[in-house]
Amino acid sequence: MPVRPVPKPSAARGLGHALNPSGARGSGRRTTVVAYLFLLPALALLAIFTFYPVIFGTVLSLFEYDVINPPRYVGLQQFQRLLSDRYFWIALTNSAKYVLVVPVIQLCSILLAVLVNRPLRGVGAFRAAYYIPVITSWPVVGIMWTWMYDQQGVVNWVLRGLDLVARPISWLNHPTITLYAVMFVTLWKGLGWYMVIYLSGLQAIPVEYEEAAMIDGASRSRVFWHVTIPLLRPYVLLASLLSTMAAVKVFEEIYVMTRGGPFFSTYTMFMYIFDKAFEELNMGYAAALALVLAAILLVLSVINFRMFRRGGLEWY
Amino acid sequence: MTRKFVVYLILIGLAIFTAFPFLWTLLVSFKTRGPIFSIPPDLSLTGFSLANYSGVWKTLPLPRYALNSLYIAAMGVSLTLVICSLAAYPLARMQFWGKNVVFYAILGTLILPEHIGLIVNFITMMRFRLVDTYAAVYLPSIASIFGIFLLRQAYLSIPQELEDAARIDGAGDLTIWWRIMLPLTVPALATLAIFQFVAFWNSFLWPVIILKTPDKYPLAAGLLYLRGLFAYNTRYIAAGIVIATLPVIVVFLFTQRYFMRGLTAGAIK
Repeated sequence: MPVRPVPKPSAARGLGHALNPSGARGSGRRTTVVAYLFLLPALALLAIFTFYPVIFGTVLSLFEYDVINPPRYVGLQQFQRLLSDRYFWIALTNSAKYVLVVPVIQLCSILLAVLVNRPLRGVGAFRAAYYIPVITSWPVVGIMWTWMYDQQGVVNWVLRGLDLVARPISWLNHPTITLYAVMFVTLWKGLGWYMVIYLSGLQAIPVEYEEAAMIDGASRSRVFWHVTIPLLRPYVLLASLLSTMAAVKVFEEIYVMTRGGPFFSTYTMFMYIFDKAFEELNMGYAAALALVLAAILLVLSVINFRMFRRGGLEWY
Repeated sequence: MTRKFVVYLILIGLAIFTAFPFLWTLLVSFKTRGPIFSIPPDLSLTGFSLANYSGVWKTLPLPRYALNSLYIAAMGVSLTLVICSLAAYPLARMQFWGKNVVFYAILGTLILPEHIGLIVNFITMMRFRLVDTYAAVYLPSIASIFGIFLLRQAYLSIPQELEDAARIDGAGDLTIWWRIMLPLTVPALATLAIFQFVAFWNSFLWPVIILKTPDKYPLAAGLLYLRGLFAYNTRYIAAGIVIATLPVIVVFLFTQRYFMRGLTAGAIK
């Protein structure tokens, strides 16, 4: 997982003020030159490796380009081709299905955060234990879980022991089950990360609120559903946004465990883009696919951002 | 009392759930005999030895991969620290023309799709003739947005009086940044260093794309490559996994509080 900052949901409010902290130096021509000298290396790198790809990627989607021969302009043909491309629709469907993991992962990590948010002896060690999958690389996770999912592996042993399955299942080689088996690994690796987000949310809630409700005679579960969860709402929205976007562009777990198989049943958008770009060196078509994925992500983030603005910030 | 007991029981159950794949891998890596896959699994300690470790270290290019990882992480982390602390400084402590534009442009990159970058950056690296070099592995991620905002927060919290005093004593901008400001941001720098170390150590996708010689792979990518080649030598791969994962877990356990703080230190102020 790329390490991403987790902005506090209440961030946007204070931004205007933070930009002009009192006492910062007044602007003069010299200061401006000095400031840009400080900024230069970072801005240059961002321009080349972050902004330019979006522009060039858009242009590239109008060309056929195989890295060796010079690019050939084809206009919007590649986007038209997309519409009748069977694999595009398979990939899109699988990416959409993957969003199913979001509510599960969010609910589990909220419960987990509540569980480790108590002043118990040794609770720090448990938090650390739950966080270890987060800092483990995807290849390692993928290889370990391939073993866990083996026909004669641990998962089948546990399920057989609990009498949940009649015979061992080939988890990573089953056209309907494999996608969900991979989702389970996403859950396993992501839990700790979302737990930390929710933990910081829980710690930002003044204890008085919950105490007041308890004094008024509310039960623990009522306090949880009617006090804690509403106060956590900005965090839930933020985490769901991040989680939804991660699900739509899911790649690493697929790449290290199934590479899209069996029979394309775990073939997702990003997997398809990767194959087009780096297996077939069909850069133009890959760019067109990537733009479609980017558009989907943008729409999702706008929807989420609107919800987030409306529901989130007023709470505090 | 029973309530507490139940909570501990759940906590332990969950810890087993998260830890089990690791423990199983650890066990396999130490054994030389017995079935690897069986129902029920063979959890005994028969044939316990370090043979797999010496085997994987001597017969496979694991030391090479480890060195590659170390080099990439060292270069990546140190350049990140330099570039981000330079960039964050004016954003926190100077008023200059175009500041808001720069600030929001940097913030805006968070919504830009990274997957397009994968394709275009590969083409860019070809133009720069950097394909199959280590520099190509770390260059695209050293201008870390997370790092810039984390350090900007740290600079913002330094009292103005310190800067004024230095200026009265005749210090220039570079001196103030280097002698006064930078030392005060060390905790934030440590947080950033740890985050970037883990990110570089674990990265595999971009290295696999941009490196054409498998001998240049970092550990994570190398393990995946070896699994493909030696599909049936599970014990060696298990030992390799332990070697690749242990450093990160050790770093994490010793620096937990930086981790938890870094994760939530966003743009609040």
